[in-house]
Amino acid sequence: MGTGRKRRLHLSNIYSFKCGRNRFDDDHSQIGGPGFSRVVYCNESGVSEAGSHSYSDNYVRSTKYTPMTFLPKSLFEQFRRVANFYFLVTGILSFTELAPYSAVSAILPLIVVIGATMVKEGIEDWQRQKQDHEVNNRKVKVHRGGGVFESREWKNLRVGDVVKVEKDEFFPADLLLLSSSYEDAVCYVETMNLDGETNLKLKQSLDATSTIHNDSDFNNFRATVKCEDPNASLYTFVGTMEYQDQQYALSPQQLLLRDSKLRNTDYIYGAVIFTGHDTKVIQNSTEAPSKRSGIERRMDTIIYFLFFILFLMAFLGSVYFGVVTKRDLDGDRQKRWYLGPDRAKIFFDPNRAPAAAIYHFLTALLLYSYLIPISLYVSIEIVKVLQTIFINNDIHMYYEEADKPAHARTSNLTEELGQVDTILSDKTGTLTCNSMEFIKCSVAGTAYGRGVTEVERAMAKRTGSPLIVNGRDQLLDEPNDDDSTLSVKGYNFEDERITNGYWIHEPHSDVIQKFFRLLAICHTAIPDVDEETGKVTYEAESPDEAAFVIAARELGFEFYKRTQTTVSFMELNPVTKQRVERTYELLNVLEFNSARKRMSVIVRDDAGKLLLLCKGADSVMFDRLAKNGREFEENTKEHVNEYADAGLRTLILAYRELTEEEYKEFNEKFTEAKNSVSADRDELIDEATEEVEKDLILLGATAVEDKLQKGVPECIDKLAQAGIKIWVLTGDKMETAINIGFACSLLRQGMKQIIITLESPEIIAAEKGGDKAVISKVSKESVKTQILAGKAQLSASTTDPLALIIDGKSLAYALHDDIKGTFLELAVGCASVICCRSSPKQKALVTRLVKEGTGKTTLAIGDGANDVGMLQEADIGIGISGVEGMQAVMSSDIAIAQFRYLERLLLVHGHWCYRRISSMICYFFYKNIVFGTTVFLYEAYASFSGQPAYNDWYLSLYNVFFTSLPAIALGVFDQDVSARFCLKFPLLYQEGVQNTLFRWRRIFGWMLNAYGAMPTSISTDAYKVFVETLVPAPSYWVVTLYVVIAALVPYFCYKAVQMRFFPAYHGMIQWIRYEGNTDDPEYVNMVRQRSIRTTTVGFTARKRDNLWLIS
Amino acid sequence: MDQKNKNSNKPIYSRFSQQELHAWKPILTPGWVIASYIAIGALFIPIGFLAWSASDRVVEIVDRYDEHCVPEDFSSNPQSFIQNPGIKKTCTRTIIVPKKLVAPIFVYYQLENFYQNHRRFVKSRSDKQLRDPKAENDTKHCLPEAYTADNKPIVPCGLIAWSLFNDTYKLSTRGKEISIERKGIAWKSDAKAKFGSNVYPKNFQKGGLVGGATLDETIPLSKQEDLMVWMRTAALPTFRKLYGKINTDIEAHDTIKVEIENNYNTYKFGGRKKLVLSTTTWIGGKNDFVGVAYISVGGICLFMAINFILLYVFRPRRLGDPSYLSWNRHPITLNPSSL
Repeated sequence: MGTGRKRRLHLSNIYSFKCGRNRFDDDHSQIGGPGFSRVVYCNESGVSEAGSHSYSDNYVRSTKYTPMTFLPKSLFEQFRRVANFYFLVTGILSFTELAPYSAVSAILPLIVVIGATMVKEGIEDWQRQKQDHEVNNRKVKVHRGGGVFESREWKNLRVGDVVKVEKDEFFPADLLLLSSSYEDAVCYVETMNLDGETNLKLKQSLDATSTIHNDSDFNNFRATVKCEDPNASLYTFVGTMEYQDQQYALSPQQLLLRDSKLRNTDYIYGAVIFTGHDTKVIQNSTEAPSKRSGIERRMDTIIYFLFFILFLMAFLGSVYFGVVTKRDLDGDRQKRWYLGPDRAKIFFDPNRAPAAAIYHFLTALLLYSYLIPISLYVSIEIVKVLQTIFINNDIHMYYEEADKPAHARTSNLTEELGQVDTILSDKTGTLTCNSMEFIKCSVAGTAYGRGVTEVERAMAKRTGSPLIVNGRDQLLDEPNDDDSTLSVKGYNFEDERITNGYWIHEPHSDVIQKFFRLLAICHTAIPDVDEETGKVTYEAESPDEAAFVIAARELGFEFYKRTQTTVSFMELNPVTKQRVERTYELLNVLEFNSARKRMSVIVRDDAGKLLLLCKGADSVMFDRLAKNGREFEENTKEHVNEYADAGLRTLILAYRELTEEEYKEFNEKFTEAKNSVSADRDELIDEATEEVEKDLILLGATAVEDKLQKGVPECIDKLAQAGIKIWVLTGDKMETAINIGFACSLLRQGMKQIIITLESPEIIAAEKGGDKAVISKVSKESVKTQILAGKAQLSASTTDPLALIIDGKSLAYALHDDIKGTFLELAVGCASVICCRSSPKQKALVTRLVKEGTGKTTLAIGDGANDVGMLQEADIGIGISGVEGMQAVMSSDIAIAQFRYLERLLLVHGHWCYRRISSMICYFFYKNIVFGTTVFLYEAYASFSGQPAYNDWYLSLYNVFFTSLPAIALGVFDQDVSARFCLKFPLLYQEGVQNTLFRWRRIFGWMLNAYGAMPTSISTDAYKVFVETLVPAPSYWVVTLYVVIAALVPYFCYKAVQMRFFPAYHGMIQWIRYEGNTDDPEYVNMVRQRSIRTTTVGFTARKRDNLWLIS
Repeated sequence: MDQKNKNSNKPIYSRFSQQELHAWKPILTPGWVIASYIAIGALFIPIGFLAWSASDRVVEIVDRYDEHCVPEDFSSNPQSFIQNPGIKKTCTRTIIVPKKLVAPIFVYYQLENFYQNHRRFVKSRSDKQLRDPKAENDTKHCLPEAYTADNKPIVPCGLIAWSLFNDTYKLSTRGKEISIERKGIAWKSDAKAKFGSNVYPKNFQKGGLVGGATLDETIPLSKQEDLMVWMRTAALPTFRKLYGKINTDIEAHDTIKVEIENNYNTYKFGGRKKLVLSTTTWIGGKNDFVGVAYISVGGICLFMAINFILLYVFRPRRLGDPSYLSWNRHPITLNPSSL
């Protein structure tokens, strides 16, 4: 495919590479020492020496069991549950003479229960195995020897192999970049799966190996790499390569990580350094923990409580039994002669009454085991599996375009969905679609662009008013004009004043022209012309940039060619209506970085004029305007604020004309700075650019929508109304993160932002010093003071909601043991929390901090491999089965296709599942206590001899079959409120968060109810006497009816009183529905208003702010 | 390589799979609550009265005889009386019939403080042996009453059979004997399936100690109805067992003379023996509990209904008033605009 391509550029000529040349520094001296012992002989797979280092192969396993370990390991897992272990012990004891019932009837339920659970585990693991198999059998080209490459499965890759990876393929292991299709051996890598960043990263090999371009060259290629041992740090790599008898230092710049993807590069050659579980990605992923839900944990406590009751009952019984047995024989005189006490075995021997009592204690433990619901676990599992089937089949969570329904991968967390307190969300690909769209611009003080952003749409929907855009009414009757109808990706601009060349009729058409020329020139994108259709596509470092170039193209400024020194674009001549080709000479590129927050190019236009074209963030650009360049400043500022509030990313465009002298002076300085090798090189460059990027003339501003996924603002609003806190953890930079925060209403104007960052001058100064200990000390102090200052703000202002924004570096310190408590307090107090630039590990750590610090249920949602740690750490991990990668989905508990389905998943399914499970568990305890207590009370009538009141099989089947089916039905089908109402009244969700349905009070309520029902139940036992003599007697039915009704009356009373005086929220909604008031909007609104608590995030809050302003 | 899957993964729509089935979700509105209370009350009180009156119609005569059937001289030590085979055990009691006894009249013996439900006792039997003549050696659960001293298997073995009740009653009124039908007192299923018609008692009560009654070795177990009744062990320590039926009416104020063979030793464990004569109605024997329970539950329901009516009249409350919500009763400061 490379044949039709133009010769590639040496990009390093345009960019001033930060990395420069690798130097041997301190780290490299450690090689060979502890922690740096790895030695890789590249391309010597046949040589025995290479084999002597038995590094692990490239097989990656994510399953819990292997066929060998399945049986013992899963059995062990099963019997780790106290109840199951107890039943194992009773099962074994039931084979002895102690047993009050037959052994089979005791052991069979256990086998059924354990078997069912194990089958379920097995199936789940088998599915994981299938996914592993797919990954491990992907093919990659490997050097076989003799300069020939052959296709081989990933799993058969060995350390030291040389592989050839082609465009858009994933790297199969951690590779050392040797050379690429580019002459200077650079390659673009997409690391979305690692850190969620979508911009391409540039990697470059050592000069020494960059000349190898043919397969055959590898015939004689030999190199030895010595480097660090496998570790989890994604951004460091220390090693040396010995090649052609020379030592070269290796840096992360040469390392290509597994699960990242080769982009914009035809092929690369690489040597395998780390394989399989040694790779940095896998090292980063924590072992898939088996998650247990909170209810399950509480259930354990109840079971312990029941055990306590059980032991107490058994103990009381044994003491009584011992005393009675002792009295049976008084010397030679027998009392209960019919029991033959004089000839008794140890179990009933009055002469050895204490021993008999102890044995009886064991018997009693067996007998009262009916207090412990053996089938509870398995019933819950059955119920949960059925619940997940319902979730999987929910048509409202099916994503038509990708043909993906929701998929619950593990079933044991369904009810947790109803109790989520904090959502930790990834940004890219989760909240956003990961595509930028040019949607609006402000040129010469006039706002253009009639597109409607997601946020505006969401707000308009709430207010119900027609949207007013640019002074024009726009009715929102086409709510579904989403991506599918979009003709050009990255472009969503419509304004008849500009499009189709109409811009020439605008008052400031010259400014407009300059504006779009700037867009067409000032960037680093590379055009790619399809030779057949003549269509131009662009490969840009970031989607923003692509959006600009595309917008320029669509509006008639088509950038189509870049050479090392020129930029060419087609332009529509306003007068002749002809397409004119213009070529500008590209003199310098002043790159973007986070400190400068702007980028510029210096070009010489076709008329020979020197121009500096600059685009940058408003915070830096407005200060750099010339006095005569501020003509449109007021209007532009206003527009920029509007855009920002509408959740758009804005950039200010400005230009300046340079004189030849000015340029000459700058260029000298700049070149000098670029070529310097001293440590302050960057600073010198900055200084040089600083001087030239001033006295700019403002052209206007662009607004790009980091396209949110459909329905995200609404969803976030609903979730906020439901009282769920939402944190955003992103690997993106702070500005982007804040923008998205605005876009999805997590942030809004008027919210106080507490920004914790280490970008302050002192820290930078300290970093210059280079002493690591000093840096970390100063940084930590700084973070600490910032956190404390934030806390002070928190306690000072009770009315204003606060937003906390923290960057990755600071986060690293904030997560230190001594500060993290304070940090958490601050974070919890804030309405929104955004962590930017956070690494996968940090995401996981933050999740753990929230989970453990607050003790509440956390839910993490993400789509990339960089979210895996977070997904596994959170109580519930939700994977977005998006476009890229399956990593997140594979380690998630539930996979959904779009963020907006979270609303339904939590508010409807979560609520139902929580309610069902908690009712079901209560039901189980209820029935078991009823049963266990009747057995115990019956013992009182049988002198605690351990004679069960019921038949063996009735006993054991009571739990497993007779009573579990109704409970399961309750667990699967019960619905307090229909889905529509769940969504209408999001606060209903608080029932779960506050755990109202599974409070101890409620549990004991059910238990008490059980005792209440019991005296009547006992009369059925006494009734056996009756049955003996008069089997078909009507009285039997009379009493049965009585028992049923009388047992229900107390509960009915309780319910009636509760409904009247202490209604739960779902009860109220039932009221509303019953009253038929659902269609009366005013009434519903009244109740809903009452139910909506002050939300501080989401556009509901924003709207209210506006209302306040109005009133 | 990414072949588009032709089979769409779209879930199938059905009311069931989407959980949209119509559901009956009764809400306890005051009307509902009051109505159901009244309904329960209205149903239960009549049933209660019916049951109570039926129970009231049952004529039951209970006569405790264990104390009276010990001669004066032995009253301080009844053991020596009952264990002495030389003393005649016959004793006579007279009962005056308060109300007419209409046939069939059931004759029970009632034992108190006798733990037939003791685990050791219940387990001490061999159902196999009772059913099958070939299984006479199947006595492993019967200890200590499994073998005689000379190691012959006892049929029927075990403590239950060994302790078979052996008091007998003869009833007469106006000098005429009342015949007691002793057949058909056991469960039909027992006679059919549990006790073999070709299993005959063997070595019974020939061990060292004699427990209770002896059995006629010529009659198969399936005809030994007393044994069958006895071996249906009672669930509670106070129990009645059917002795026989009387198929003639006994007039009111008649005097019944009961001649008792007082053989069974309940003195050792302080148990009581009673003779019970009882008629039946549709509800069975004398049982006031059912009627009383029905009436009281019905009464409670009516009481609750009245309470709710009063509440409804005096303190009506807006339906679905959110101020009763648990988290609104301890309200957080609400935003003025949302009030």
